[in-house]
Order: sequence, then structure tokens, then C-alpha cells
Amino acid sequence: MATTTSKSAYASLGGDGAPAYPDGTPKTLEDAPLVRGNLSFHDVTELVCHHTEKKTPIGWFIAFGVALTGVGILGLAIAYLVWNGPGVWGLTNPVFWGWAIVNFVFWVGIGHAGTLISAILFLFRQKWRTSINRAAEAMTLFAVASALLFPTFHVGRVWVIYWTLPLPNQMAMWPNFKSPLLWDVFAVSIYGTVSLLFWYVGLIPDLATVRDRAVRMGKTLRARILGFFALGWTGSNRAWRHYERAYLLLAGLATPLVLSVHSVVSFDFAVSLIPGWHTTIFPPYFVAGAIFSGFAMVVTLMVVARKVFDLENLITIDHLEKMNIIILLTGTIVGFAYITEFFMAWYSGVEYEQYQFFGVRMTGPYAWAYWTMMSCNLIFPQVFWVKKFRRSIPIMFAISITTNIGMWFERFVITVTSLHRDFLPSSWDYYSPTLWDVLLYIGSFGLFFTLFLLFLRFVPMVAIAEVKGVMPQADPHFYHHSGDGHAGGAGHVGDGDGLPHEVTPYSDEAHAEGTAPAGDAPLASGAGGPAGDADTDDPTA
Amino acid sequence: MLNTIRQRIEDRSNQNVGLLAEFSDPGALVHAIEELRGKGYTQLDTFSPFPIHGMDRAMGLGVSPLGYMVFLGGITGGFLGFFLQWYTSDGPQLDWVDVILQGYPINISNKPLFAWESSIPVMFELTILFSALTVVGGMLALNGLPKPYNPLFFSDRFGRATDDGFFVHVSMRDRSFDRAQTAADLSDIGALAIEYVDHDGAVEVSETGEPVAADDAQAAQTPLPVLPEHSPGE
Repeated sequence: MATTTSKSAYASLGGDGAPAYPDGTPKTLEDAPLVRGNLSFHDVTELVCHHTEKKTPIGWFIAFGVALTGVGILGLAIAYLVWNGPGVWGLTNPVFWGWAIVNFVFWVGIGHAGTLISAILFLFRQKWRTSINRAAEAMTLFAVASALLFPTFHVGRVWVIYWTLPLPNQMAMWPNFKSPLLWDVFAVSIYGTVSLLFWYVGLIPDLATVRDRAVRMGKTLRARILGFFALGWTGSNRAWRHYERAYLLLAGLATPLVLSVHSVVSFDFAVSLIPGWHTTIFPPYFVAGAIFSGFAMVVTLMVVARKVFDLENLITIDHLEKMNIIILLTGTIVGFAYITEFFMAWYSGVEYEQYQFFGVRMTGPYAWAYWTMMSCNLIFPQVFWVKKFRRSIPIMFAISITTNIGMWFERFVITVTSLHRDFLPSSWDYYSPTLWDVLLYIGSFGLFFTLFLLFLRFVPMVAIAEVKGVMPQADPHFYHHSGDGHAGGAGHVGDGDGLPHEVTPYSDEAHAEGTAPAGDAPLASGAGGPAGDADTDDPTA
Repeated sequence: MLNTIRQRIEDRSNQNVGLLAEFSDPGALVHAIEELRGKGYTQLDTFSPFPIHGMDRAMGLGVSPLGYMVFLGGITGGFLGFFLQWYTSDGPQLDWVDVILQGYPINISNKPLFAWESSIPVMFELTILFSALTVVGGMLALNGLPKPYNPLFFSDRFGRATDDGFFVHVSMRDRSFDRAQTAADLSDIGALAIEYVDHDGAVEVSETGEPVAADDAQAAQTPLPVLPEHSPGE
């Protein structure tokens, strides 16, 4: 009994009636268990909350110190910029959009993966999102904060930035609502607001979890602070009913929002007449690129976080593989868009367009940037066709980094290459950034990582309630006595034989034996846990 | 004054006075609710660390009305976006309106002052913003949050409702509520532990609804679990 029970346990942990295979190996990625290690509900709580409650590790202080140095650099770069004006940047005729706009689009794009994971995958009922959505949404918020820095200070006179908002003023003037730049103000600021709401609503039940733990540990002050933010949440089903509806509605609202935001960002370029900008392919192309770069950033962050915080049973290799598949898909879409631009330049018969693409991008002064972009975005991600590479931590980490480099260069190519040689050869010039461009960019990373480290330290980094909800034990039909007519009278929970799907109930022994090495064994291919288990338990193996 | 406020808050929370029973798992919780409703109880609630599939049906709750509220919020946002852009570019110049609130029409090459096509993005974004604010505000209002005082928090055991505990609560406002009888009913359907929760605290009760003496409580009922050591599950 013990043998059969534990052997089929992992197969059925996949939920949705995943079939048990003779060796216990899930056949496809879809069958793989979402949570490994045979965890109980309490284990999940413990795994996640423990990191907000333990003594701050020294490594965190080191990382935070580095990030905070970045914020210092940011302050310096901003102070110098505001004091002197944007002339300190490398902007010069005809390139008046340089690194600042590149970095803005880069950060907004990174943010989009968080919303994609939290909203679009939610609407598609992709349950694997639950392990990564909290961190990805946090990434969205902090990326949008970093993004907003650039246009805010690019206006030059930052002390009148409120002129971009439709506020009644002493000049009796209003913003120009026909400008995509103004649409950007609305799109990005509303995107930030809605992302914050979405993130906070998702956090409420988990904050209540941490609050109740603080109460039991007798930490009054901590419990009070958390109690304030948890709003008195109790987990009442009458509240869950409205809560789940609210979450669904927010997901439904965030989905068109995120698509609109990067479309509007692309309008900044596409609505103008510059060769290389003036193209209708931009909105879908930008959105695909945003998802591509954002997923790469999620992989970068999660590969490190799951290792450092022992979350390998929650953020499994299967989750990472799924993200890599999305990176492969969106990377190929982006590459397809690059090639389409060439086709359209040729097909349009416009010589300026043709010169921009065939004369400048591939062979011009910025050809190095173009080929960096091409190899990082189109060529390198193709290694993910091989399952072995999709499940290899070093390879996915390397690809996630090259993807982010490539996507930065994509924005650089679009912005700078198009501008530096437009219609009139007499105005052509080569653009180079100055030290202050570079420092502001480094500073934006400092801000991003400072906020992300604070998040990792103080907030449950995995959506505890959602992860519990996708575990097989969360389904009432999992138990005999659910009263739905499934149950035979044969076993009640008490006699130890009451679990119809033969899942090992949580116990310390099972815990120790039923180990799923979800870690960085590159070739685990979903078989690591069950196979290892069969080895120890099955005498015939 | 403070006493009045305190009284009001307590009145608001009377719904949460009653018997709180712990069950072993989500299946048992659904089963318990079905049994209790069969016995005629209506003022029931369950508490779980995650939403339980099928619990709304078991409790006889319909679909949340939040969607209708959000629809209105979205319509408001969309109209506001339209009005804002139309009024500031092509709106009436009214004498009685202060000058800083008047529109500012700009004639560019004699093009129309207002065009709905270019107004779409801002209308869309404001629709989303107002909808999202309505979602969150409406959800909090429907749930009565923030709710800083709740007598359920007097129960030590109740803290596990956000971890791995599954609870049924029968309010004293229920017409069928009778402390002894309800406690017996809860015990019959397999409650692991029953507590009576009131504004002055929570006491563990036996099947008869009488408080369990401290010694007996330790012996007879499942003890409060101690937080086990952290393990990464490997």
C-alpha cells in the first residue's frame, strides 16, 4: 500500500486528473505538478512567510547596499541634470531622442511581463502563474517607476511637469489631447496605478496570513502594521466571493490596458514621419517585444530568487521551462517583425525607407547595434527549441541576460538609428551618449533593485493563497466526504485510507522521502521527483 | 463619545458573534455547510486560506454584483474622457465660467477643433482607470473592509484560517441559533473544535455549548498546533 500510494502520488499532484504513468513520470509539461515536494498548506505558508520573518541575512544587506549606491548615483545624475538642463546628455541635432527615450521604452516593456503573467495568464486559466505572479507584478511596479523617471526629467523643466496633466491653470491652457506624447502620460500613469491596485488586491489575503503569524509569535507592532494593510481580512467565503470577482475584473481590465500601453508608446514613433518609425506594424511588434523582454527579466530574477530563498518546490523547473517557451515564441515574433520591416521598406518603393533599412541599419554606423539586437533577440533564443536547454538553469540565465541586452538595443536601433539619418543628408550626425546618460541609466537599475529587494524582504514574494488554491488538496472533491456523491462509504479520513486519489497525506516521513529535486538538475525533465521516489520506494525498481 | 463609537462598532460586528467550529479540510467544510443548511441555518460563513471551489453554491450565494458597479464606473470614466477632450478643445465659451475653467480652442490649418478619433486613447485609459478604482472600492465596500475590529480575532485558533485552518461560523443572529443545540449539530458533522466567540473573548465549548474547563480543554480537544520548524520541503 505504501509503495503504490507514494508512487502515484506525484502524478496526481498535477491536478486536473493527470494520469499516473508506470514510472510516475508526467508525460507532458502540462501534467507536471505545480507544487513539488509533497507540501502541505502549512508548508507553503511557512516556505514563503519565513523569509519575511527571519533575521535579515547579511547577503541581503550587501545586495541592498549595492542597490542603494545605484540610487545615490541616480540622485547625482538627476541633480546635475536638473541644475544644467538636458544639454548634459548627448542629444544633438538631429538625434533629440537618445538614451532617455530608449530607457523609458526598455523599462515600460519589462513591466509588461508582470501584467501578462498576472492578468492574461489568469484569464487563460494558466495555473502555473500563481508561483511567479506576485514577484512579476512587483517587477512591473518598480519597472514602471524606473520608466517614469526618464520622460519626467526629459521635459527639462521638471518643476512644471504638471503641465502634462489637464489641470486648470493660470494660463487658461490645456494639454494637446491630439498628441501621442500626451496619451503616453495617461497610458503609463494609469498603467502604474492599475498595476498597484492589482498587486495590492492580490496581497490582501497574504498580508492577513503574515499578520496572523505575527500575532501568534507575539510581535505586536509587526502585527499592527500588517493588520493595517491587511484591512481586517479573515478569509470569509462571503468576502472571497467578491474578492474573486474583483480579481477577475481587474485581470479583464489590465489585459486591454497592457496592450494599449505599449501600443501608445509605439505611437510616439509610428505617428511621426521619420523613415524607420512611420509604420503600422509598431503596436503589435512593440507589445511582443515588451512581453519578450519582461519574461526575460522575470527569468533573471526568479532563477536567483528561487535558489536564494529555497523556493524551488514552488517555482519549479517546469515554471521556468514554460517561461522559456514564451521567450522563444515572442522572440521569434519580434524577429519576424524585424524581417517584415525590411520587406515593407522594399515593397513600399519609398527610397528613404529603403535607405534606412538596407543602407543604414545593416551596414551603417550603427550596424554593430543592429547585429547585437538581431543575434540577441532572434538568434540566441532559438536554443530553446531543445528541451534540454529550456530546462538548463545556466543557459536560461544567459539567454535572459542577452535578451534584455538585445531588447535594449532594439529600442536604441529604432530611436537613434532612425533619427541620425533621415531625409536630409546635410543634417546627418552621429550620436553618442555622455557620462550623464549612462549614470542615469545605472541609477534607474539602482532604483529598481532597491525597491525589489525591499519587496523580497518585507512582502510575501509568492501569492500564498493562490498557490494553495491550485494544489490538489484544495479541491473539496479530493476528499471522500465532500457530500457530492463521489464518495464511497468505505473510508473516512480517520482510517488513513480515505484519500481516493492515493496521495500521501503530509507527514514528516513522507516529507523526507518524497523529495522532488526540482532544483537545478538540468535534465530533471519532470521526472526527477517521481523517478527518485520510485527508486527509494519501489522494491521492483 | 468613545463609548458610543465603541458600541456602534460592536453592533456592526454582532454578525460575527456566535459559534466557530474548525474542520479538517475543504471537503469537510463543504460537507458541513451542506449539512447545516439542511438543518435550517442561514447565517453561516466559512473561513479558509483560499477560495474553495463550489463553496458559493454550497452556501447558496449568487454571483457578486460587483460587475454591475464596475460597468457604471467604466461608463463614467469613458464619458469623462470624452467630455474633457471635447470641452477643452471645442466646448462652449460660457461667460459665467471662470476663465481658467474655460476651453482653449486652437485652430490649426482650419482643421476641426475636435475629433473623436484622436480622443479614443484617453477615453479608453480613463475608462480603465475608473473601472479599476470601482473594482477595488466596490470590493472593499461589499466586504465591509477595512474592518479593524472583529470579535473572531479573539479566538487564537482562528489565526489558522489564513494558514491551513478551515472554519465554519454560525452567527447568533441566525433564527435557528441555540448555543447548546448548534454546538451539538456542529459536533455531529465532525467539527474538530468548537468555540463560542463574543465581544469579550472566545471560549472553547463542548458539544453541549458549555465552556470546557481549562484542564479538560487541553485533554479533550485538539491542542493549538505549534508552528513547526521551517523546512524548504526537500
